[in-house]
Amino acid sequence: MITKLTHTCIYVLNQDSAYDFYVNKLGFKVHTDAPMGKDARWLTVTPPEQPELEITLFPIIEGAMFDKETVQTMTSLIRKGTFGAAVFTCKDLLATYEELRSKGVVFKKPPTKEFYGYEALFLDDSGNWFSLAQINS
Amino acid sequence: MEQYEKIYLYKRVVSAKLFIDKFYADSIDLDDIADQANFSKFHFIRLFKSIYGLTPKNYLIHLRIEKAKELLREGHSILATGLMVGLESPTSFAGMFKKITGQTPSHFQKSETIRKNKINEHPLQFIPNCFAETHGWKK
Repeated sequence: MITKLTHTCIYVLNQDSAYDFYVNKLGFKVHTDAPMGKDARWLTVTPPEQPELEITLFPIIEGAMFDKETVQTMTSLIRKGTFGAAVFTCKDLLATYEELRSKGVVFKKPPTKEFYGYEALFLDDSGNWFSLAQINS
Repeated sequence: MEQYEKIYLYKRVVSAKLFIDKFYADSIDLDDIADQANFSKFHFIRLFKSIYGLTPKNYLIHLRIEKAKELLREGHSILATGLMVGLESPTSFAGMFKKITGQTPSHFQKSETIRKNKINEHPLQFIPNCFAETHGWKK
């Protein structure tokens, strides 16, 4: 029986820039930042109220995992905004939307009423998009 | 029209929250924060709490402790950390830190230093094996 999700991946184009976006703009906490030799780093962050879920900020770089062609294809697709990576929730969408916008976060959909509550869509610094929802209680 | 008024109020509360985020290390008090939002103190506290789940005063305390954790992880002394987050008395800083985190600042710093050293010395212990193998880090 599967019980929990503990790790998930978001592919990013630049880990330093992703660190700044997820930590300083979204307010996520750094869980593990481990140097893994030259040009490699294991970086995970957690949503502020979900410290047990590690989101790995995975760089798209040529190496054992990605060959050159894959790096080019994935970089292009992420930049184009192809991938919707996750749904985040917040207590108050309008306030969160105003705060993130003031920090320079780009929204592709403003807060909109949906059957389950309110939803907005924002982009990270790479081009991944996320749903930000306030769910009806 | 009601929607516009609501957005206007939200913008002011968010702006006050960002004011706290920016000036948490200074000696700001509730009146400063309410003034920043152009609200009566009572109305401001009620609205702030409904949005962020904490009163502005408690939010400021929690923010200072979160920032203090970051500074302690970076190796700053307890005295310097208290000063850098706007809590000048070491006794009240230590007391507040323990009340919120359940640990003294020195205990917190010690356990974080041990964890940091472990990550640097044995990083693979902190990475799921599947990821380490895919990256070729196990070789």
